[in-house]
Amino acid sequence: MSSAPPIVDIRRLSKSYRRGSQIIPVLEDISLTIAESEFLALMGPSGSGKSTLLNLIAGLDRADSGTIRVGGVDISALSEIDLAAWRAAHVGFIFQFYNLIPVLTAFENVELPLVLTDLSRRQRREHAQTVLSLVNLEDRMDHYPRQLSGGQQQRVAIARALVTDPTLLVADEPTGDLDRVSAEDVLVLMERLSRELGKTIIMVTHDPRAARRASTIKHLDKGVLANALEAAVP
Amino acid sequence: MLWKLLFRNAFRHTLRTLLTVFGVAVAVLAFGLLRTVVDAWYAGVSAAAANRLIIRNAISLTFFLPIAYMEKIRAIDGVQALSHMTWFGGIYIDRKNFFANFAVEGKSFLDLYPEFILAEDQKDAFMKDRKGCVVGRGLARRFGWKVGDGITLQGTIFRGDWPMTVRAIYSGRDRTVDENQLFFHWDYLNERLKAASHRRANQAGIFVIEIADPDSASAVAGAVDAVFKNSLAETLTETERAFQLGFVSMSEAILMAIRLVSFLIIGIIMAVAANTMIMSVRERMHEFAVFKTLGFGAARLGGLILGESLVICAAGGALGIAGTFPALRILARYVSNVFPVLDVTATTLSYDVLAVLAVALIAAIFPIRRVITVRIVDALGRAG
Repeated sequence: MSSAPPIVDIRRLSKSYRRGSQIIPVLEDISLTIAESEFLALMGPSGSGKSTLLNLIAGLDRADSGTIRVGGVDISALSEIDLAAWRAAHVGFIFQFYNLIPVLTAFENVELPLVLTDLSRRQRREHAQTVLSLVNLEDRMDHYPRQLSGGQQQRVAIARALVTDPTLLVADEPTGDLDRVSAEDVLVLMERLSRELGKTIIMVTHDPRAARRASTIKHLDKGVLANALEAAVP
Repeated sequence: MLWKLLFRNAFRHTLRTLLTVFGVAVAVLAFGLLRTVVDAWYAGVSAAAANRLIIRNAISLTFFLPIAYMEKIRAIDGVQALSHMTWFGGIYIDRKNFFANFAVEGKSFLDLYPEFILAEDQKDAFMKDRKGCVVGRGLARRFGWKVGDGITLQGTIFRGDWPMTVRAIYSGRDRTVDENQLFFHWDYLNERLKAASHRRANQAGIFVIEIADPDSASAVAGAVDAVFKNSLAETLTETERAFQLGFVSMSEAILMAIRLVSFLIIGIIMAVAANTMIMSVRERMHEFAVFKTLGFGAARLGGLILGESLVICAAGGALGIAGTFPALRILARYVSNVFPVLDVTATTLSYDVLAVLAVALIAAIFPIRRVITVRIVDALGRAG
């Protein structure tokens, strides 16, 4: 376990879905802490609740009970408006299918989250260029998503997640739609972000090879944290 | 940045957007045309002077008044000037060539209606020729008449051929003045009626009086009607505006139908635009979920959808408004005898703009509500 202070503190978290009259529990009494700069991989079979847990930590969904504190803020107590503002400032989300806006160029996609900040146009431009060069895409800035490969699109998505310098980077199967080489590139990049920039990353994955890049691996099974496995970090 | 996004999204499905823009354009064009036709119906009311009163037979317009009433009317307090007009109802060559034509008392009539602008020499020529007539510029253009041309009207109310000479061509002082009328001397009409011992000899259709103070209209009208109370031909005196409105009210049902159709058209295009926006937003629901994930709140998302709707509707509205003017010019060629004044008014243009804004707003309401209320995880799940 990392010695850094916990940035995510989850206490007795439960979540269930209703299907007709039936209530289906997805997460049951989850308690978990994640340290600053930790790269956590959440693994588990389909339906184990790992994406649900990721969505709750990222403030995309609401828990039935329990608390989630991120950077000292109890996000379960925030209103929808405050939660949206909190997400904009503190969470960078990387999706499996990239979810770039097709009518915007790579540069504009990266600049998009900055529209919600007080930065000037020039400052936004500088920030977007910096993160695009960090993901080695400065020569693809004016390309639209359809003109980029899957790996390049995912790197644009990572740049978009990074551009606001968020507290947390959350990634849901970030290599799930990529070929092996592109997946490797993305994982190397995420590992660098954790090690060199000290980013806290929570990644949901099915892929054990991807999970091995993380500093910590947690397993979820039927909505319960099964065990903790600390990866040996070279 | 958001502006770019808004425009690019609006034209993402080019064909669908262009068809919607076309639909809005046609609707605004039709709305503008119908409103203008309704306005044209009221053109006579708009052109009415506040200081003129019309005296007609209390029974009906089809009943005339004795010309001998003039002396009594002239003696009433507040009456400054007096003239008379008689609807002649003549046709030129064929019934389809309809235009308004009146027998008038030349000098007093032209003095009472300064909105008919005539050259002095033409006016003199008209006054000197008992069989002379004055025609509007639009009418002269329509039939290719020039000053000095001889024309013949066939009487319908007053039977027979009525040859006359065009002695003057008037133009309107402003655009609301009907330039498609013909006026000739009542003396010419009356002379032939007397010769034929016609019962309408020495009678006029209506008297027109000018009053010094428009505020005294009601008092003067009352005084006129009081003078002829219990006579064989009682009078009904009203302002020129009320008189013109009386004509319009005869067509009130038609006008109501035209107004209703104009609003139905806007209603239909509202549904079409709403359908376009709903489809467009539903297809992109996962993108809106991404926006929400990034922290975009309800106001910004609503702004993006409303902006997109406005771009489409404004493009259609601008095309529709621009098209209204040439469309009216074409329409005017065919209906100038019925609607001599066909102008797009500022009110119609503002109705056009209001209609476009209303369509854009209504079309955006349902998709905005859907985007704001959808749970992010549900919408992202839809993306697969």
